[in-house]
Amino acid sequence: MAKTIAEINEKIKRGQAVVVNAEEIIELVRQKGAAQVAREVDVVTTGTFGPMCSSGAYFNFGHTKPKIKAGGGTALLNGVPAYTGWAAVDLYLGATALPEDDPRNKIHPGEFAYGGSHVIEELVAGKDVRLTVESYGTDCYPRRHLDTWINIKDLNEAVLFNSRNAYQNYNVAVNLSGKTIYTYLGTLKPNLGNANYCSAGQLSPLLNDPFYRTIGLGTRIWLGGGVGYVAWQGTQFNPNAPRLANGTPKRPAGTLAVIGDLKQMKARWLKGVSFVGYGTTLNVGIGIPIPVLDEEVVKYAAVADAEITAAVVDYSEAYPQGKPEVLGEVNYAQLKTGEIEVKGKKVPTAGISSYKNALIIANDLKEQIKKGEFLLTEKVADLPTGDRAPAFKLLNERPVKEAN
Amino acid sequence: MAAKKIVLTFPKAKIDKPIVYKLIKDFDLVFNIMKASITPDQEGHMVLELSGEPDHIDKGIKFLKEQGVKVEPLSKEIKVDWDKCVQCGACVAICPTGALHVKDRKTMEVVFDPDKCIACELCIRPCPPRAIKVHF
Repeated sequence: MAKTIAEINEKIKRGQAVVVNAEEIIELVRQKGAAQVAREVDVVTTGTFGPMCSSGAYFNFGHTKPKIKAGGGTALLNGVPAYTGWAAVDLYLGATALPEDDPRNKIHPGEFAYGGSHVIEELVAGKDVRLTVESYGTDCYPRRHLDTWINIKDLNEAVLFNSRNAYQNYNVAVNLSGKTIYTYLGTLKPNLGNANYCSAGQLSPLLNDPFYRTIGLGTRIWLGGGVGYVAWQGTQFNPNAPRLANGTPKRPAGTLAVIGDLKQMKARWLKGVSFVGYGTTLNVGIGIPIPVLDEEVVKYAAVADAEITAAVVDYSEAYPQGKPEVLGEVNYAQLKTGEIEVKGKKVPTAGISSYKNALIIANDLKEQIKKGEFLLTEKVADLPTGDRAPAFKLLNERPVKEAN
Repeated sequence: MAAKKIVLTFPKAKIDKPIVYKLIKDFDLVFNIMKASITPDQEGHMVLELSGEPDHIDKGIKFLKEQGVKVEPLSKEIKVDWDKCVQCGACVAICPTGALHVKDRKTMEVVFDPDKCIACELCIRPCPPRAIKVHF
């Protein structure tokens, strides 16, 4: 018997919804079968907490007296450059932005101790942040300099807006070369010294709804400890990636652009992190509820780590050179044992996405729904699949010849 | 049986003599070399874990000192700030002794066992939230 989201929401409001996380549903389906679980369970909660580079936040910091136009000028938040190509007092700060005087990789591998992601974490934690604006002055915006402390509670708007989060599966990174390399998937020791993966696997939102049946534009989600929404498909959205028979993609596939009020988020779930030799990024916590509409939803949501595979990719050569070769496929149950086999060699594994925190997020969302504090939404539009799927292609480079 | 972690500093001239070997032969001690950097014509450093009878350990250390080797207890200590830790496994991949490890494979919780730590500091920089610090 099929259920509607409206019916599920009525049960949530009455405090009677049956909610399980995406780990618990696996065992439930094994015991009772998908048909019975579809009748008994109303919502499955998912979670993920990992580094997501295409993240950032925009702010309206309020007009000054006399007025200043940051647009077309420069703005720094704790020394980290923010994007000013907007109207007078709107700024966007990206997670990977670095202070101009950061030495980067001049002495390789660089530290990248502080960047945009750290500023976002400090703002969310309620700390004062120094805003410095330099502008050129106009008749309507005469002021040229501003140097002030700001606090998130005083900003007119502070909005997290991430253009690509919650990757539906990801590569397992290894290093075939003879020297240590420093990547966004961590430090990789030479000659297959270690293998780092980055997905919550059976808890990951899009792996539990592989064809985006319930997750779409407008879906209300748990974002950074607060409430957010799916704004659009994420950049590099690639639903046509090859898939297993159970629907899960074998390569990085779907992604989400998400948005939410930064003011009600928590610093614990938006953490500035530094990958040595690579740069800064933001660890983002996301949880997505999946309404149990029917048996099919249950079957997909009951996918287990052993049924999801990821590609092992060499980050010393294939990845940086854009070569498609993979060294093999392993499943998340294997990855989570702490050891996989690549090219006949036993390689220790580590997760860069935190399973422990993904479960905390899925459980927090579960409790909120059970208490009637979090209602589900109908999607406003589908994520683009089939003929509507965007092509995920490399840049067609057309080098510019200098005029003589 | 007792065990003790010590840091040895060898003067230049001693490097070509098999001092550590004597600890086994003459003092019946078991040692585990946790870290060593021995370069000809320079001072050498070694972190050792000695185990054996307590009086043998004391005699062995006395012998090392008589040979002109500086002996200090391993006092560097690695501390994890669990409020900063994001529970990823970047350190687990790097830690050579398994001091930083995944406690159980269902919850995937990352924990730190100070007894296994040799204070090599390899984990400090790869930790994304920089939650690991050295204390002296």
